[in-house]
Amino acid sequence: MRESSAVRWARRVVLTLLTVFTVLPLYVMVVSSVKPLRDVQGAFHWIPTHVTVRPFVDMWHTVPLGRYFINSLVVSGCATVCSVIIAIFTGYAVSRYRFAGRGTFMTAVLSTQMFPGILFLLPLFLIFVNIDRYTGITLYGSRLGLIITYLTFALPFSIWLIAGYFDTIPRELDEAARVDGAGPMRTLFRVILPVAAPGVVAVAIYAFMTAWGEVLFASVLTDHATRTLAVGLREYSNQGQVYWNEVMAASLVISLPVVVGFLALQRFLVHGLTAGAVKS
Amino acid sequence: MKARGIAALAASVTLAAGLSACGSGGGDDSSPKSLTYWASNQGRSIQQDQQVLGPELKKFEAKTGIKVKLEVIGWPDLLNRILAATSSGQGPDVVNVGNTWSASLQATGAFQPFDDATIAKVGGKAKFIPSTLTSTGAAGKPPAFVPLYGLAYGLFYNKKLFADAGLKPPQSWQELVADAKKLTDPAKKQYGVVMEGASYTEGAHFAFMFGRQNGANLFQGGQPGFDSPQMVAGVKQYVDLMAGQKVVNPSNAEYLNDADMLKDFAAGKAAMMMIQSYAPKGLAENGMKAGEFGVVPIPAPDPLPPGGHKVSSHVAGINIGVFKNTKNKDGALKLIDFLTSPDEQKILDTQLGPLPVVQQAYNDPKFQTPEIKTFRDILANASETLPMIPQEAQFETLVGNTVKQLIADAAAGRPVDDQTIQSRLAAANKKMQSGG
Amino acid sequence: MSRTVTAPGEAPSRAPGAPAHRVRRPRRALLPYLLVLPALIAELAIHVIPMLVGAWMSLLHLTQFFIRNWTAAPYGGLTNYRVAVDTNGPVAKDLIHSFLITVAVTVLVVALSWMFGLAAAVFLEKPFRGRGVLRTLFLVPYALPVFTAVITWRFMFQRDNGMVNALLSDELHLAHGHPFWLLGGNSFVAIVVVNVWRLWPFAFLTLMAGLQSIPGDLYEAAAIDGAGFARRLRSVTLPLLRPVNRVLLLVLFLWTFNDFNTAYVLFEQPPADADMISIHIYNASFLTWNFGLGSAMSVLLLAFLLVVTLGYLGAGRLRSRHA
Repeated sequence: MRESSAVRWARRVVLTLLTVFTVLPLYVMVVSSVKPLRDVQGAFHWIPTHVTVRPFVDMWHTVPLGRYFINSLVVSGCATVCSVIIAIFTGYAVSRYRFAGRGTFMTAVLSTQMFPGILFLLPLFLIFVNIDRYTGITLYGSRLGLIITYLTFALPFSIWLIAGYFDTIPRELDEAARVDGAGPMRTLFRVILPVAAPGVVAVAIYAFMTAWGEVLFASVLTDHATRTLAVGLREYSNQGQVYWNEVMAASLVISLPVVVGFLALQRFLVHGLTAGAVKS
Repeated sequence: MKARGIAALAASVTLAAGLSACGSGGGDDSSPKSLTYWASNQGRSIQQDQQVLGPELKKFEAKTGIKVKLEVIGWPDLLNRILAATSSGQGPDVVNVGNTWSASLQATGAFQPFDDATIAKVGGKAKFIPSTLTSTGAAGKPPAFVPLYGLAYGLFYNKKLFADAGLKPPQSWQELVADAKKLTDPAKKQYGVVMEGASYTEGAHFAFMFGRQNGANLFQGGQPGFDSPQMVAGVKQYVDLMAGQKVVNPSNAEYLNDADMLKDFAAGKAAMMMIQSYAPKGLAENGMKAGEFGVVPIPAPDPLPPGGHKVSSHVAGINIGVFKNTKNKDGALKLIDFLTSPDEQKILDTQLGPLPVVQQAYNDPKFQTPEIKTFRDILANASETLPMIPQEAQFETLVGNTVKQLIADAAAGRPVDDQTIQSRLAAANKKMQSGG
Repeated sequence: MSRTVTAPGEAPSRAPGAPAHRVRRPRRALLPYLLVLPALIAELAIHVIPMLVGAWMSLLHLTQFFIRNWTAAPYGGLTNYRVAVDTNGPVAKDLIHSFLITVAVTVLVVALSWMFGLAAAVFLEKPFRGRGVLRTLFLVPYALPVFTAVITWRFMFQRDNGMVNALLSDELHLAHGHPFWLLGGNSFVAIVVVNVWRLWPFAFLTLMAGLQSIPGDLYEAAAIDGAGFARRLRSVTLPLLRPVNRVLLLVLFLWTFNDFNTAYVLFEQPPADADMISIHIYNASFLTWNFGLGSAMSVLLLAFLLVVTLGYLGAGRLRSRHA
């Protein structure tokens, strides 16, 4: 297939424009994080007057970023593990069994993704508070409450993706395992999961990113001790000065783990999407 | 097969257990020997507040044996945190509130009323400066709070810029506008006035003050009157600094923090600034020395419009109160008594910047400076209390945001005339009526 | 919201594989229910029950007097709904204005994200030097946490010190003076740009996955027939991407329409021209402490999304049946 030169030019122009659009904010984030405070308070300069790593040192003292980091890690990590495990069980049931209410169940689970967060934010808060009042289990202001909330945010899409992925795995494998005397759970763990690893990884990335970036519920459901990065980052503008260089440095450090993780594992996501979402 | 079902169930249970293992953190034991205190952000940063309050709370612990867990909360979060604590019943024992919210928060019923017996435990009514007691709750009810810090608005002016232009600090609003015009030179990036255009609380305070100067009543018999001609005139007086007179840099419409204002004023980019009495600390931090600026009361139009009042400030400040859910009421009152004692007031107010709320503290020579005398005078003679009714907080958000939007419109070059102001205020008024 | 919102697509059609003899054994029939139980409990607890509570709250006069004990709030029937839709009142006027702004933002964001995504996916299909680098780079905005990405944009959109004005006015001389981006009419542009920047990589990723599943020999056949680039795009690529697009557009729609995080981090309180509906409802609840009215607005929003989604899926199903 030969390309006309018009197509070649269109490709160059379009890809260049998209690259500039994508890169500019990333450039600003990186370059501002190594500027002295005076540089970020005055008119924007493309090149720093001098490069400093002070923002990366100072940002840990200006706000207790370390604690927020740990909170975010614990919350996002636990939410991811839990939602992946639940999604595997559910996906297995949906993919391999025909049971009454299966269609309704899937439709209902997926439609919860449509709910505007603002609708159940306040009721959820009140429910958490009342659970505490009557059972003593602290959900409001604790990491546990946030973990439970976040795991359900990722769940519908995860179930859908995993079920779709399981569907692409031939039944003959199940049959062979059954003939060998394996029960359903053994079949799931020994036969299906190893084959479905890319789908599981895809779901895990998605769940982690969802939890790591959430702002609204974190700002209402956490307190001083359990605050996550999404809320904590705002505190930089709550000081006597707005430390934009530290905000950018902190943003960079907060983003790096997810971006690296995502880019390293993105081929699994593409694979998972192709197998799960894109079929039909 | 049964076993497998059980295996699945067991897996679910393990999962649930794992969840709770992940979720430790938060929640603390209550005992008469401990207190939780939410302080508002009074110093230059949350860290500074912690550094100032920390040693004082240690003194309190040494005196009473009560350990205080301190959390300093920034202003953008404070009201929402208090609301959350109110509806959850899970809050601190002692909390600072903006004094204008007093009646609104009192209406929730979540705060311990300071009846005569209770207020006696924190030193009695006579201990406090009378004007500060006017903003502690609705009239006819025992107050829900007592004063902690006093604040008042003043007009800060740059002495050098005024002297160079041969001007004296303004005595009337007309003079202020005329001076501001003379001192505005966009080519030199110098403006007459700097304002915190994106802050809705500032907008609400000035709407009230200038509304009163023009004879407005915010509420009459519980009914809002935000769109009266007097209120329109008051809001216009403020917004016109940017819209009609153009003595404010349009960039100010993005200013959300004091930091932005203080930086411009200290750098001589603006000749005047209307701000509360804590400002000198911030100016010093930005390199402006005490002798380089002066403070006078914010002037009113001369002659005063019919029905107008000479209001230079609202009775600003911070109150302190006790949550009803506290498990250590006595300790909470002890802490309030301690923080409002003359000695502590001297220490806290000199380090954090506000004014003491108890008479005795002013004996200290540190509070005998000309600026502090001016502010005391404003509080005593030229300040009014924002209406102490449950809807006050809604007034602040509705009218404050309206003013903020008008300033944004003016900055973007959209026309802001009487009619625009009137229709926006009327909308805020209707929202107030249908929302309440 | 940062989470992906996904279509309630049909439960995937199963191979008729599940052996019939299982149904005859009651104990084993229990297993699938046990397996879905954790998901069911979690969804009920966090989504369904709070939604029902929210619907109930919308019928109450839940104001500051009752937030301490909201069970004591008086029943108000449909009063809150009446206030929310009474077009003579300012509350409904603002709600409708916010709704229209949200629709406009959503239409633009979905259209632009899809176009950018398709262009990048098609142009990156054939191998060339640097393709891998570009593909990775284009995905970065999607991988960034919302709040760090948006706060960077907020920094860039400042009037005096922002990069956007430095670029447009000072370098390229496209704008006269320094316009505002976070205030006034331009705030609409700002919210669209930020959303497109965040979302088009997702469209790109999905369309790229979709293109991979199109067999190469179809293109070759088309090329032999003498079809040019545009013809091939129109007659091979787009029709075969239809199932992908069906889901993708719905996801982008729900995602943008329900967005809270972007508008909140960018503006805190958005100006009227960028008043996205989620944050409008949030402010209506928290600024006036009227949580009943806020709930009523949320229920109306959910009803709208339900109608659009079901209508969209229904129309799609009809079309595919006739095809």
